[in-house]
Amino acid sequence: MDAKAREKGYLKYVDSKTPQTKMWPTLFYAFLVGGIICVIGEGLGDIAKLIWPTLAEQSISAITSAGLVFLASFLTGIGVYDKIGAFAGAGSIVPITGFSNSIASPAIEFKNEGFIFGMAAKMFVVAGPVIVNGLASAFVIGIIYFIFGI
Amino acid sequence: MPDKQTVIFKNAPIIVGTFTVAGPKEKKGVFGDYFHLTLDNDLFGEKTFEKAECKMMETAIARAIEDAGKKDGDIDLLLGGDLLNQTVSSSFSARKFVIPYVGVYGACSTMAEELALAACLISGGSHKTIACATGSHFSSAERQYRFPLELGNQRPPTSQWTTTGTACAILEDGTNKKGVKITSATFGKVVDFGVIDVNNMGAAMAPAAFDSLKAHLANTHTSPDDYDLILTGDLGKMGQEILIDLCERDGIKLHKNYCDCGQMLFTNKQNTFMGASGCGCSAIILNSIIYDRLKSGKYKKVLYMATGALLSLVTSQQGESIPGIAHIVCLENC
Repeated sequence: MDAKAREKGYLKYVDSKTPQTKMWPTLFYAFLVGGIICVIGEGLGDIAKLIWPTLAEQSISAITSAGLVFLASFLTGIGVYDKIGAFAGAGSIVPITGFSNSIASPAIEFKNEGFIFGMAAKMFVVAGPVIVNGLASAFVIGIIYFIFGI
Repeated sequence: MPDKQTVIFKNAPIIVGTFTVAGPKEKKGVFGDYFHLTLDNDLFGEKTFEKAECKMMETAIARAIEDAGKKDGDIDLLLGGDLLNQTVSSSFSARKFVIPYVGVYGACSTMAEELALAACLISGGSHKTIACATGSHFSSAERQYRFPLELGNQRPPTSQWTTTGTACAILEDGTNKKGVKITSATFGKVVDFGVIDVNNMGAAMAPAAFDSLKAHLANTHTSPDDYDLILTGDLGKMGQEILIDLCERDGIKLHKNYCDCGQMLFTNKQNTFMGASGCGCSAIILNSIIYDRLKSGKYKKVLYMATGALLSLVTSQQGESIPGIAHIVCLENC
């Protein structure tokens, strides 16, 4: 009992000493960088529309996504994206560029352990949980949608 | 009579040679000019970070033996330890030497653990000369414990930065010799106060540091004022404050003569939040500037207390708390 109480007291003390992430600057930088990435995406879409005026809206958004994914992978490869991420946080994690970075970075990291068990196996080590949870929640929402027919 | 935790050496072993290798970030840090060899590229001409860590370790061992004016054959035993799984950096670097090898693991407390063990073996008479080597590498540790290097995530404000650095010290029988000697050592107990946050190692290790320090002071009948310097391993800014608080509550006052290697290694501008960590952190500071100052007589008596967080990736993912440990050696110029 005594040890438990001591532990509880210590953890409470540690909590009181632990510095917290500064919310407002973090939010500001996240929205700033996230916004810039979205503007770049919009720009890519507009350029695509100029080049191929007859293309369907869906194809334009696919081109935009592919462009952003390429750009983020490239920046990951030359070692820039992690620096943007350290500064922007969620601002560069939430957009599709973050997803691209989460796959490209382990691919680079684990290439020394071989193509199959290194790169290919570890590629989704960060993105995997995102895909699994994304699919699982899509199923749940789909079932709710099916039952209530909204 | 001191209890079994503390050993006071009658024939204290002497440190006859040291060598430190430090990475590029450490070079730009506070002690950049004091390390024996600093790297401009943390790959050290190798293909992988693991190989680079191993080469850094080999270099530290070879050059420390040289510094002691000895050859491979003069060393009776090599003690090595690091952070990588199965302590590969140490054992792989031991391939290069024809010295019997013992691998030890104490996480970031490895240097103090090795010095204490080596001192016992030498003082006990079974060995004459022992090499103690340890080190860590930011990039190899990061990929083992955390995320890929290029992943664009943010580090929490309590996190610490694993040191890229290796160090080796050569200990010898100190009978009738003058120099930097290990006069006493305290082997730490594993202390766990229930901290589960892997990004808050300082808080996990501080109670262990307090436990060992209290035992050492009691067993050697000394107070913090008897030392020119009390040096903890890698508690970091927050862990250091916690240790000071814990000591104060118990009536032990840590003053200006107390420093933490993790807190000191990097400058504030280097954005490492709570500071440095890793086996290399305190090892490269102890074996460079601290050893030099002890040797020159600027410090007479230094208490070196390296702390380790004894977790693994698996235990932390299973929600286990982080056990801490702290080993102490007392270094004296006598």
